[in-house]
Amino acid sequence: MTTTGSLVVTDLRVEFDGFVAVGGVSFDAHPGEVRFLIGPNGAGKTTCIDAITGLSKGSGSVKLGDQELLGTSVNKIVRLGVGRTFQTASVFEQLSVLQNLDIAAGLHRSSLSLLRARRGIEPAIESALEETGLSTERETPAGILSHGQKQWLEIGMMLVQEPRALLLDEPVAGMSQDERTATGELLQRIAQRRIVLVVEHDMDFMRRYASRVTVLHQGKVLSEGAVAQVQADPKVQEVYLGTAGAATTAAMLAVPDGATATTDSITQGEGA
Amino acid sequence: MTKLKPWLPLIGIGVFAVLLLVVAPAVLSMHWINNLGKYCCWAIVAVGIGLAWGRGGMLVLGQGVFFGLGAYTMAMHLTLETAGPGSLPVFMILYDPSAPLPAFWEPFRSDAFTLVAIVLLPVIVASILGYALFKRRVKGAYFAILTQALAVALAVLISSTIRETGGDTGLSDFKYFFGFVLDDDANKIMVFMIAAALLIVCLLVVWQLGRSRFGELLIATRDAEERVRFLGYDPANIKLVAFVVAAVMASIAGAMFVPIVGIITPAEIGASASILMIAGVALGGRASLFGPALGAMAIGWGQSSLGSSWPSGWIYILGLVFILVTLFLPMGLSSLSGRAKSLVWRSRTAATAPAAASAPVLEEVKK
Amino acid sequence: MPTRVRDPTLQNRLQNSAPNRERPHVDALIPPLLNGTALGALLLLAALGLTLTFGQMGVINMAHGEFIMAGAFIAYLTQLVVTSSNISIVLALPLAFLGAGLLGLLLEVGIIQWMYRRPLDTLLVTVGVSLILQQIALQIFPAQGVPVESPGWLDGQADILGYAWPLRQVFTIVLAALCLAALAAWLKYTSFGRRIRATVQNRDLAETSGIPTRTVDRITFFVGSGLAGVAGVAASLIGGTNSQMGTQYIIPAFLVVVAGGVGQIKGTVIAAWAVGIALSFFADWTTGSMAQVLAFVLVVIFLQFRPQGLFTVRTRGLT
Repeated sequence: MTTTGSLVVTDLRVEFDGFVAVGGVSFDAHPGEVRFLIGPNGAGKTTCIDAITGLSKGSGSVKLGDQELLGTSVNKIVRLGVGRTFQTASVFEQLSVLQNLDIAAGLHRSSLSLLRARRGIEPAIESALEETGLSTERETPAGILSHGQKQWLEIGMMLVQEPRALLLDEPVAGMSQDERTATGELLQRIAQRRIVLVVEHDMDFMRRYASRVTVLHQGKVLSEGAVAQVQADPKVQEVYLGTAGAATTAAMLAVPDGATATTDSITQGEGA
Repeated sequence: MTKLKPWLPLIGIGVFAVLLLVVAPAVLSMHWINNLGKYCCWAIVAVGIGLAWGRGGMLVLGQGVFFGLGAYTMAMHLTLETAGPGSLPVFMILYDPSAPLPAFWEPFRSDAFTLVAIVLLPVIVASILGYALFKRRVKGAYFAILTQALAVALAVLISSTIRETGGDTGLSDFKYFFGFVLDDDANKIMVFMIAAALLIVCLLVVWQLGRSRFGELLIATRDAEERVRFLGYDPANIKLVAFVVAAVMASIAGAMFVPIVGIITPAEIGASASILMIAGVALGGRASLFGPALGAMAIGWGQSSLGSSWPSGWIYILGLVFILVTLFLPMGLSSLSGRAKSLVWRSRTAATAPAAASAPVLEEVKK
Repeated sequence: MPTRVRDPTLQNRLQNSAPNRERPHVDALIPPLLNGTALGALLLLAALGLTLTFGQMGVINMAHGEFIMAGAFIAYLTQLVVTSSNISIVLALPLAFLGAGLLGLLLEVGIIQWMYRRPLDTLLVTVGVSLILQQIALQIFPAQGVPVESPGWLDGQADILGYAWPLRQVFTIVLAALCLAALAAWLKYTSFGRRIRATVQNRDLAETSGIPTRTVDRITFFVGSGLAGVAGVAASLIGGTNSQMGTQYIIPAFLVVVAGGVGQIKGTVIAAWAVGIALSFFADWTTGSMAQVLAFVLVVIFLQFRPQGLFTVRTRGLT
């Protein structure tokens, strides 16, 4: 199911009534890496994802393998194998976890089979339940899941669709530390077979799980590379520093718990 | 018990069927049989509205349009049947005895054409309207207002075409129903049985749709349309199916209304009639299976008994039904038992999983 | 439902007072244009209040038509007290504004305030309110309606573009223009107008910056409903004043607001004018009721191209 082929964004531009939200952004993401898109507020991160998934109109080019995505409607882009989650987990609150996953898995069912009731659980759904740790919650209405569980359910709904690319918009916002770790590990497992692109504010989370990072600033690519490289980039420091001073840098460069491995590279980067 | 649970609604439909088809004809007088037949027609419309509004989230404020399509299709056929082959309907003779029958009346002489038209006309109209609106993502209040505007437009159109449709006085004085004399009590019971049976069929259809994957998808679309789109479906198509099914049910109801009540006028399909159709659904509980049907029957009963004995009071009651149900019981009377259950469920699960505050819907995040 | 005294088409009312036709070659054009403008002005008056309650507050007030009715009955009641129709109509305008406005305020305080951000529920609730108000009017006033006498100074005709134009139509247009100007100025130049706009754009932020949003809601609803009362006075001069009159205005008024772009006064003006003109022309070519059907089809087709109406407030998506 998973085919090789990368997500290649070339000179993507998105405008809202003359306001340039994304002004010529290029980056790519490959299967096997957890790709991060970071940047300060208003940098155009989510707008990039919106354009890739067909929600906002953009110009330039977004290719998944050989397939051009720009100009295709939202639901067709999903059928081409691009799944996305939202900042606020959006699941069907009135339906059970199982029903949520079943709807997601039904993407390629014939319309006639929709008229029959569900019998049994498809293997893809079973494995998504296990992957996201929701096996015991399968009959629970999605509305009463915890915030983190909702996010995982949403990711699970993507997984049953076997997407080639998975785009996540701030997946760990509002999560506890344990939930973050679980999510990060989940993403790393998922990324082994497909493209995973994460928009995130949380620097700590980024440092721990990113393979490669692109920093956006005011709709443009500011820096790109491995975590250490990006953090060493003076332009990035300037953006995060602004004129406000050390507090922000300190926060960004602070040594996160249990992430000593990356700390070294940061200090090295700074020294260089 | 848990094994039985999925089949409870089916058992309910069975009980309902026995009550309507066996008990009612045995115990009720002709007067009440006729009334009950009328309530069945409104209940059929309501079952469709329950599907479109309760499960699909589309507030259809203009079901009178489809009710009217079916009713006028049937009424034109019965009028022609009453007039006899080759003759003009009486009301047309009154206006102009020498005028020919309008061309669009001619096909309705045929039994088969009439029956097909009752189903096909609403499918065509609802498909075109629904496609146009849903594809452009017209929803919520806009959709409600536009459907009501359509009902007003159709009622006005019929009112103003006295020569062709009978205008405000409508079509009435039907003597035959596909060869059966309507004056005969046995035939009246038969017509009632058809209406009641159709109501049972509609309940079965909605029950099956509700338990099917389509039903789950419809509820998903109602609650988070954008999420459905981002799962690769086109929500417009899902809504269209529910809207068209509801339209067909309204049309069938209208078609049965005509032989049972004996008259159809634009007042039965206009804005206020369409609103009345909503009232029962809101009262009974729009998202439940039996709520809309029972609510519509209750409102129908109020309309025909209170409405004639105490007209002003009835309108106040109707107004209060809208206000009180919306304020205090948005999911109708049928939600009362569900509320009790969810209280138990919450207190049971509260210890293990703290119930998350209901997350804002997607639309708020994404415009 | 009680049987209704139906005056099915809005423009029948205006058609009766169509301008004299003197120049046949342009007859097909000018009179419908003038008629349409007057009809558009009436629609605008009916819709103007909705741009506030629906557009700014997101409330679908189906009782707005009954507020129009209330305005018309207030015009009638004023005439009972001040028998000179020349003066009473002038007095009726502020009184109708106040009366309908108070009804609106009552509705807001009693019911609507519990259901902001639930537009469909406001629709259902106000359907009930509208039924009750109609029934109250039916019990107070005779079912066939009451006559509101047109003042003497409106009986004449004005000479415009070589056409004799009934002054009553001119009055409607002037009244609509005045209300429009007042509303626009109020929203744009007063501090209260700025508060309304702030509340609409970001309720939470407005609240935290010290704007009493509850008061803003109430006053907005009062003014929006009051405008319906003014529309009612104009309507009472043109057609019958009865308990069912509101039902004729509510749907066209909503269509105008939807087509104009919700909350956009500029759009509402253009849409009202366009729908008025369209109704007049269609009525000229076909029949009054066919015109209504065509106008409806036109609005639906229009929404195919501009689903958000003529004008929209564009906001940046996320982030």
